[in-house]
Amino acid sequence: MFSRIATLIVKELQGLMMDRQTRIILIMPVIMQLILFPFAATLEVTNNTLAIFNEDSGKESIELIQRFSKAQAFSEMLQLYGETDVRRVIDNQEALIVIRFPADFSRDVVAGRPASIQALLDGRRSNSGQIALGYVQQIIQGYNDERHTAKKQSTPSILVARNWFNPNLDYVRHIVPSLVAMITTISTLIVTSLSVAREREQGTFDQLLVSPLTPGMIMVGKTIPALLVAMTQATIILLAAIFAYQIPFVGSFVLLYTSMAFYILALAGFGLLISSLCTTQQQAFLGVFTFTVPAILLSGFVSPIENMPLWLQYLDWVNPLRHFIIIVKGVFLKDIGLLLLLQNLWPLLVIATGTLGAANWMFHRHLG
Amino acid sequence: MNDALVTLEAVSKSFPGTDKPALENISSALWPGRITGLVGPDGAGKTTLIRLMAGLLAPTSGSICVSGLDPIRDAAKLREFVGYMPQKFGLYEDLSVLENLELHADLRGVLGAQRTVIFERLLGFTDLARFTTRLAGKLSGGMKQKLGLACALLGQPRLLLLDEPGVGVDPISRRELWKMVHELIGQGIAVVWSTAYLDEAELCQDVLLMNEGQLLFSGKPSDLTNRIRDRSFQIRHAGGSRRQLLARALRRPEVMDGVIQGHSVRLLLRDNATHPNLLELEAGEQAELVQVTPRFEDAFIEALGGGPGGDSVLAQRLRPVVGVQDTVVEAVELTKLFGDFAATDHVNFAVKRGEIFGLLGPNGAGKSTTFRMMCGLLAPTSGTARVLGIDLKTSASLARQQLGYMAQKFSLYGGLTVRQNLMFFSGIYGLKGERQKAMVNGMIDIFKMEPFLHTTPDTLPLGFKQRLALACAVMHEPPLLFLDEPTSGVDPVTRREFWTHINGVVEKGVTVMVTTHFMDEAEYCDRIALVFRGKIIAAGTPDQLKEQVSTPENPDPTMEDAFIALVQGQSQEDSL
Repeated sequence: MFSRIATLIVKELQGLMMDRQTRIILIMPVIMQLILFPFAATLEVTNNTLAIFNEDSGKESIELIQRFSKAQAFSEMLQLYGETDVRRVIDNQEALIVIRFPADFSRDVVAGRPASIQALLDGRRSNSGQIALGYVQQIIQGYNDERHTAKKQSTPSILVARNWFNPNLDYVRHIVPSLVAMITTISTLIVTSLSVAREREQGTFDQLLVSPLTPGMIMVGKTIPALLVAMTQATIILLAAIFAYQIPFVGSFVLLYTSMAFYILALAGFGLLISSLCTTQQQAFLGVFTFTVPAILLSGFVSPIENMPLWLQYLDWVNPLRHFIIIVKGVFLKDIGLLLLLQNLWPLLVIATGTLGAANWMFHRHLG
Repeated sequence: MNDALVTLEAVSKSFPGTDKPALENISSALWPGRITGLVGPDGAGKTTLIRLMAGLLAPTSGSICVSGLDPIRDAAKLREFVGYMPQKFGLYEDLSVLENLELHADLRGVLGAQRTVIFERLLGFTDLARFTTRLAGKLSGGMKQKLGLACALLGQPRLLLLDEPGVGVDPISRRELWKMVHELIGQGIAVVWSTAYLDEAELCQDVLLMNEGQLLFSGKPSDLTNRIRDRSFQIRHAGGSRRQLLARALRRPEVMDGVIQGHSVRLLLRDNATHPNLLELEAGEQAELVQVTPRFEDAFIEALGGGPGGDSVLAQRLRPVVGVQDTVVEAVELTKLFGDFAATDHVNFAVKRGEIFGLLGPNGAGKSTTFRMMCGLLAPTSGTARVLGIDLKTSASLARQQLGYMAQKFSLYGGLTVRQNLMFFSGIYGLKGERQKAMVNGMIDIFKMEPFLHTTPDTLPLGFKQRLALACAVMHEPPLLFLDEPTSGVDPVTRREFWTHINGVVEKGVTVMVTTHFMDEAEYCDRIALVFRGKIIAAGTPDQLKEQVSTPENPDPTMEDAFIALVQGQSQEDSL
């Protein structure tokens, strides 16, 4: 029996290596995502335009404007001269944020009265706008502190935020470990579901079914190659993360690879389930797409799971990526404890059992 | 005779990336009011030639002239009087019959009152008027071809190019299609009918016989068969195994080619050869040598210089089958329901050891469903399918180790190399180590695959794929072989080679079950079950089936005659 499964696995890997298209599908995303994502998909706001509409003519506003101009978030500053300008630069997306100083700004500051500044944000770019506003507030805060120290007044107590596990809020650390999860997702689904669909299309699947191989053996023969391919890809990303992106790996490789294996099994179950419903590669591709997009969007990678409506949070429990992303980031960045790991590992085990069982049932039913 | 409608002058066509041209130096002419058969096996260049005439491809060299026009330069004018029906029906499967016609009429600019008249005429002509609302995808193969023909006829063409209209069409629909085309040439249309069935050539007025891009013959089909007049014979009433007799006959120098036809063995002798001595052939006391009318296929084989030999090296390599019970395959009240439609309806049959058993029937009659249940690809709704005494429902895997399977489409892994395919198929049947190596090397020797070991089957010719598929199916030396239309589209020489191997392994005790709608494949069977509307409507030896339909007008019916008569008889009975 083992020699037959081994034959299947060897065939599968040969098939993947011989076919130029499959080779490209499996190799290109790894390279592309590894190079592009950490730079392009950053959440930092840089290189934006800040517009200033200064109705004040005192030196306090000039002082603040100079501080803004030194901020890295804003590479360009626009000087505005009227209400219509303000509307125009926001409408035309010439500036992300407009800062408006009222005419009595300097006077109020000098007099020690509370002075106000208006900040107008482009709501179409709400995320970047929020972050940019944060920078603006930081700068104003700094300016306030200095004024207080200069006057030897005690500053009001302030909150100092420190980000553990990613002290500099370096977004590469958020993205690259998650890439391990993304890439394994894509390749596992391709190797399982698309390859079964292709065999169906070409008629070789019948040839397998008339052989002494049982549906269970065929499933193992499709799952193990997926495991091998996905783990190889994950290893490449891991190495790149540690050596090229210099992200400290603080957890345990054994735990990471063990949970990765469970994750891939859960996914392979989905892949095989999709393939058992499809007769052509085109259908299988659409099936994979229909699964992958919500799986990634609802994984907690893009937005926090806690933001979702409660019923969706429960439904999302069957999404294996949701659990694995916690594990991969946990193990990578903070050496997640065994207990915490198990909390996210057992759902993967349940999902894997469920999907693989269902796929096995479907394959048997097809023959029946 | 009037002027030629199409003239071809030294036409050649090569495709980049292939070392052999698809067409080489073809010169000929096509006349209005005649059916020109474009005859040859797959890969002969038939489709390429049709596409050249339709102006869809430009020749590499040479010139084509269609009614005084150059098909590429004057493409727009050409389209006005050329109807083209591509191989894979140019139909939209999700549109109804009428919607398909309307679409083609819109494209052709057939509008208004003229459209109504033409639709009425075409629907009547093709007998599709009852099915106008049915989706094209739900039509049978024959009806699809009729609809395709109707669409091609919309523009009232003077030249009609039909690319393999007979593929996927059962003999009855095929005869109807021929009848329709004959009506068309009465109206002065020039028809080109391309086909891989050599017997169809005899129905054409002119024939272009092609093989591997070469024009072997151009002219009246009778001119070609006349060349081999007095050289076709049948050995009838032979005693003993006719398969062994054929093998012995093919070893004789005077015999150029031979095939099995029911109980008889058909031979083609060399030019001016002496008649073979029946005593030396051990044909039995009752045997007689009867001269028969030469077929077009005989002439084709002659033009190629003769068929392959009659000895199967493959059979010599395989061990004889021992210890297998007498009844190898058995269907008991086998039934498969799809919804309330019975694709297979209480079918019973039994196949004995060392027998070639054929399931024959029109498309959609249920022979594939029955066949798939017998090899465990489909579970029956009720009844039992037993293989070597094992019920496929309970221990399918055990039974499957005992059978070899070769499908219509040669389901090899096109992306793996020839060697990887051999290793894979031997491996999944449990061959390993030295035994696997010896068997794989044996197959490489037998089928002379050494030069292609690292090539992928996708890039190899059909005949080669066929050999590889056969090798992959028999490496585990199964006592039972399932063949699903094993030689469809294959050239006659390769087909003979294939059946030589099958005959050889049957002599070793292997049982063969084959499904087909090719009449000449049916002739090789010991027994045939004719499947129609899910039931077996006739069963027996090929000769018995033929005798059943023999009439005073047609005392010596062909297998196709028998097929048609039996199916139509049943059809009439059902409608009563």
